[in-house]
Amino acid sequence: MSELLGIFFAAFLINNILLIRFIALCSFFGVSTKLDTSIGMSSAVIFVMTVSSAISWIAYNTVLAPLHLEFLRTAVFILTIASLVQLEELYLKKAIPALYRAMGIYLPLITTNCAILAVAFLAIDYKYNFIQSMVYSLGVSGGYSLAIILFAYVRERTALAPIPKWFQGYPIAFITAALMSLAFLGFTRMFGL
Amino acid sequence: MKLLTELNRGLVGENPVLRLMIGLCPALAVSTSAINAIGMGAATSFVLIFSNLVVAAIRKFVPDQIRIPIFIIIISTFVTIIDYVMQAYTPELHKSLGVFIPLIVVNCIILGRAEAFAYKNPVLNSVFDGIGMSLGFTMALLSIGSVREILGAGSLFGYPLFNQLAAATVMILPPGAFITIGFLMALLNKVENRVQ
Repeated sequence: MSELLGIFFAAFLINNILLIRFIALCSFFGVSTKLDTSIGMSSAVIFVMTVSSAISWIAYNTVLAPLHLEFLRTAVFILTIASLVQLEELYLKKAIPALYRAMGIYLPLITTNCAILAVAFLAIDYKYNFIQSMVYSLGVSGGYSLAIILFAYVRERTALAPIPKWFQGYPIAFITAALMSLAFLGFTRMFGL
Repeated sequence: MKLLTELNRGLVGENPVLRLMIGLCPALAVSTSAINAIGMGAATSFVLIFSNLVVAAIRKFVPDQIRIPIFIIIISTFVTIIDYVMQAYTPELHKSLGVFIPLIVVNCIILGRAEAFAYKNPVLNSVFDGIGMSLGFTMALLSIGSVREILGAGSLFGYPLFNQLAAATVMILPPGAFITIGFLMALLNKVENRVQ
């Protein structure tokens, strides 16, 4: 149990996927200008990431590894994720049209959200079993949501603050991210990990 | 002349990292040193140029509705090739770039160029577009990587420049990447404003 908690917190805070590992930054800067879009993106990521890492774990360990087809993993994983995203898009369009409109272009772009694919690869590289890889993907997507929602709060304020002209827009966003990343570095060695 | 314009676009006007803000993850994650930056640039260039070439070559036979899955299969083929080639010939570089090599498959630059350019243009133009974009990407990576290595480790391409104790280690840690790219973008804004 404590091992699972360790995996969760290591993924959630210490190796935060956005601020420490630098994965999925396009969406981090893209949707974080408003709080509601970043909440929508986070929920999409949590859902897609958990389901897709389960499916890709099963695909790798029951089909690819026994048949020695490991070299096909890139193609297999990306196709799994692409079809899942299509499914979620259909579901959201029907069930929650307001959220679907709010997320606009970023929902299909979740296919190229590297976090989803990275978690599938990393869970295999770390040789996690099924339960561990589920906990790991929950930790990663939770950390993604935490970072992007906090960042959206800050960006809503910097949008109104008097900032030198050259730094307006993306440059100040990157510097904000640098400060947040510095704060997350403080979690290193926490829980003895 | 037309080909030169294709080349130029990726370098300056539509520089993928500093202008279009795509391909950010590898640009920030592996730019801890100039060598890593060049390694990542070369791997991405290989995939980008060849996927542009193949997509442009088969564009007349590809049905519109399923073009994206076809592009992804083409891209992941080249990514798998470069992944295994680097593992065999440059194992150390492969190890330090880690998960970012297979992640080239979701680098938005590559799918973006296949969709926005190679799918609509002849082979030669697409190859030049690929070369220009690759150079722009590699240059952005190299400039971020050099700044971070000089400030953070006191060296460049592994050669020590000044006393390592004077180096600010935070620059090769994650926050350094964000600060460097923020200031580079602000600088680019300022220079461009002055030129106009």
